[in-house]
Order: sequence, then structure tokens, then C-alpha cells
Amino acid sequence: MMVRWLLRGALVTAFALHCAAGHAQQAVRPQPLKSGLDFTGPEVRELQHDDFANPGMLWISRGEALWQEAAGPGRKSCAGCHGEAKTGMQGVATRYPRIDEGSARLINLEGRIQQCRESRQQAEPFKYESAELLALTAYVAQQSRGMPMSVAIDWQNRHNFEAGRAMYYRRMGQMNLSCAQCHQDNWGRKLGPETISQGHGVAYPIYRLEWQTMGSLHRRFRSCLSGVRAELMPQGSPEFLDLELYLAWRAGNLPIETPGVRR
Amino acid sequence: MLKNFTRRNFLARLLTVFAWPFTQTRAADAPAESVEVMLLKVTGGARVEAGRVKLELPLLADNGNSVSLKVSIDSPMTPQNYVKSIHLYGPRNPRPNIANFYLGPRAGRAQVSTRVRLGGSQRVLAVAALSDGTFWSANADVVVTLSACYDAT
Amino acid sequence: MTARIQVPAKAKRGEVIEIRIAIQHPMETGFRFDDGGRAIPKNVVNQLVCRYNGVEIFRAEMGSGIAANPFLDFFTVAEASGELVFDWVDDQGQTGSERAALTVTG
Repeated sequence: MMVRWLLRGALVTAFALHCAAGHAQQAVRPQPLKSGLDFTGPEVRELQHDDFANPGMLWISRGEALWQEAAGPGRKSCAGCHGEAKTGMQGVATRYPRIDEGSARLINLEGRIQQCRESRQQAEPFKYESAELLALTAYVAQQSRGMPMSVAIDWQNRHNFEAGRAMYYRRMGQMNLSCAQCHQDNWGRKLGPETISQGHGVAYPIYRLEWQTMGSLHRRFRSCLSGVRAELMPQGSPEFLDLELYLAWRAGNLPIETPGVRR
Repeated sequence: MLKNFTRRNFLARLLTVFAWPFTQTRAADAPAESVEVMLLKVTGGARVEAGRVKLELPLLADNGNSVSLKVSIDSPMTPQNYVKSIHLYGPRNPRPNIANFYLGPRAGRAQVSTRVRLGGSQRVLAVAALSDGTFWSANADVVVTLSACYDAT
Repeated sequence: MTARIQVPAKAKRGEVIEIRIAIQHPMETGFRFDDGGRAIPKNVVNQLVCRYNGVEIFRAEMGSGIAANPFLDFFTVAEASGELVFDWVDDQGQTGSERAALTVTG
């Protein structure tokens, strides 16, 4: 009788340890860390590295103009508070998404720009995926180009991180696939004609050849979800913000590449 | 109908019912003019020789929506001997005449780069009209694949 | 229409210079459908002309076979100091224009 209890106890403990170990195993980054450019053809790489031919630069030009544009009843521009973007915004994108002190909620770069528009400039915020928001987000992120991501997980954003990681490993959609199954377990392998990347977000917003235009990271999430025939959450949704945080952590110290070009 | 109702007749009628949708091509599927007819308008019936033109395209396109293309012609580009125009054709595109470029002796170098859309794997054709009335061409085979995942956005 | 041009600021007389232009334009093919199932009408930048001190040195006739956000890279001979003017128009009649100054020495 005693032996049976001991055996049961041992089995339960072993199982619990296995689960805990599996859970801890999930907080891993792919090794070695590789930019999405390593998984595209040479033409996409050349496009991204050519600061004139890179189609994303058209949005950067627009962002540069918008940075100086006065908005709202107070006629405030981004430059009015932040000065020149080159100095004022250097390193900023490496720290997003982060917890917004005011609301204690996770906010990404797009959200911060919209918040500034609405509360500080008292102007109409730009819609997600609008030309203006893409331009400004890309312009701000570009000021950190080449700098390593440096998002820290602490007591404030840990629950967001865990939620993001849970979503990353959750099977979704009609095809019942999780992000991890492609981008963690099978990066470098072929999916049809394409080589699966590690799925980092460091190049966003990107000019995606498939979209024939600039697009946000949340749009890319929606693309992936539609690919597995799952329900699409809207851009800016809490699920996507949590996922964005997980991705930002998962990218380790990969450098920001905005404006990226992808197929 | 019942008078002549045989199994053969019935099957034949059934086949036409199912085949009918396939006989209707969208305007996009059937190009209005063939490349040969389009070229006639450019050359006026003159012979198009292969050579002197270099058409550079990737062997495998990352995405058919945007494929980098470079066309260059070996020409001194002097007022006596220059490239007048370059004509690009994608026979499998819904509109095969992709673009026409008009140069002249002031170009200095007969070279144009751009990004094209390719509606499928095909042999892209570049034809150059020279000032001496001759026509030269080159072609390049490009494999174009579809994106792995469906994108509803 | 947002556009970017790349023209060297200075060149020597007789030097062949490279000119690049990128225009922000969807180059709508006319074959796409919106979410309501309606065909999106065709609208492409169908012509671009580059004039150097008023003389046409390059012209492009483009169709839906040119990729979105059209990009062109071509050459000209630096002859006299002056201005390069780029003019383009799309199927809807919207026009765009950019200019660049060029200083030619020698």
C-alpha cells in the first residue's frame, strides 16, 4: 500500500517536473538568431540595402515631412517637443513595446504616436495602417536602425510576456498551427517555394512585395493568421501587443532594420 | 428531348454544361494582342536580330509583384549611332507590353533599370530600336512562384 | 505624389551620369477586387518624361506591368549646368513633378 503511494507520488512529481521543464523550455530564442533577410532571395536583400531603391524610403520621406508638420489647435509638431528625430528618437524603437506609465498598459510605437497625436497635439489620431501612421512609425524606427533590440521583461510586463508566449505556442485556425511550429521548429526549411524565417519583428514597418505597399507588424500577424485560417484580431489589439512584446524579447539583440523589405 | 434521348446524347449535353464555364475567359486571361502583333507596330515588319541587348532578371523571382530588371544595349550612343527606344514584353502578362523607353544620343549609356510585375513564369523579351533602323533583342527566363501562405489582408 | 529623385549635384562636362527616380503610386492594375467584390479601376503612371534644360532626354511609357511604386534608373550626358525636370501623369490625370539642379564643370 505504502509502495503504491510512493510510486504514485514519484510519478506525479516526475510528471510535474516534466511539465515545468517543458514550460521553461518554451522561453527560448532560436539559435543562432538570424534576420529575415537571411531567408529571402538576393533581390530583396539588395532592395533593402539600397537606401534609394528601397520602396519603404518613400514612406520615410513622408514621415520626415510629417515630423515637422504642425497639427492640432496648438499647431504643435513632433519636432516642437522632440527636436530633430535623428537625435531625439535614437534608440527609442529598441525599447518598444513598453508599459505606458499613464495607463499601465502595453503600448507599441504606433500606439505611442497615436497617443501623442491625440493627447499632446490634440489632433485626430492616424488610423492603423494609414499612410501617415506607417510613415511616422517607420521614420521613428529608422532612427534606431542598426541598434540592437533592448526590450527587458520585468515585473510590470511579465504577464504580457507570458500571454504573448502562450499565443506563440498555441495552435490556431483551421490548419491548427502555432507560430512556433513554423518559426521556432522549422525555420530554414521550405514552405512551398519559400524558406521559413525565424519570424522576428525588427524590420517593421516593412515594404512587403506581396502587399505592394508598406505595412505594420500587426498586419503581418493578420497575414499569418489568415494563412492558417484563424480569426484575425484587429491591429492594435491586446493580443497582438502581447505577441509583439514576446517577439521583441525573442529577437534578442538583433538590430533594427526599418525600413525592411520582405517578399 | 425525350424522343432522341440516348445515353450518349445525355452525356454529351452534360459535358457541354460543365465545359461552358471553361470557355469563358476573363479579359485578363486572354491578351488582346499577341507579342508578335505588338512588335509589328514597332518594327514595321523589319527583322529583329538576337544580340547586342542584355536583359538581366533574376532566375527565380522573390515575388511576381516586383521583379528587378535591367536592360542594356551595346551602343556607342553618338548622334550617328544610338538606341532610339527599348520595348519590354512579358508574353504571359495580361498586358504583355510592360513598358517602352525612349532614349537618344543624349542618354550616354543605353541602360534602363526598373521593377516589373510578372504574372507567372515566362520568357521576358526586350527589343531595342537603333538609329540605323535595325532591331535587336534579348530574352530572359524567369521562374515566378506564388506566396506560400494565403494573405487575406 | 511623393517621389524621390537621385541626381548628382555636380558632374564634369561629358560625364555620363546616373539618374534614379522612385514614385509612390499603387500602379493599380484594374484586375483587383475590393472587399465588396467590386473591381478597382485601373490607374497607373502611364508616362514619365525627363527634360534637361528643357530638352527631353528620357521618356517612359509604362503599363500595369511596372511594379507598384515605380522605380526608374537611366543615364544622361552632363552637358551644361542647369535643371533636370521630371514630369509624370497617371490614368486619372493626376500629375507629378520634381526638379533637380545640376552643376557641370569643365
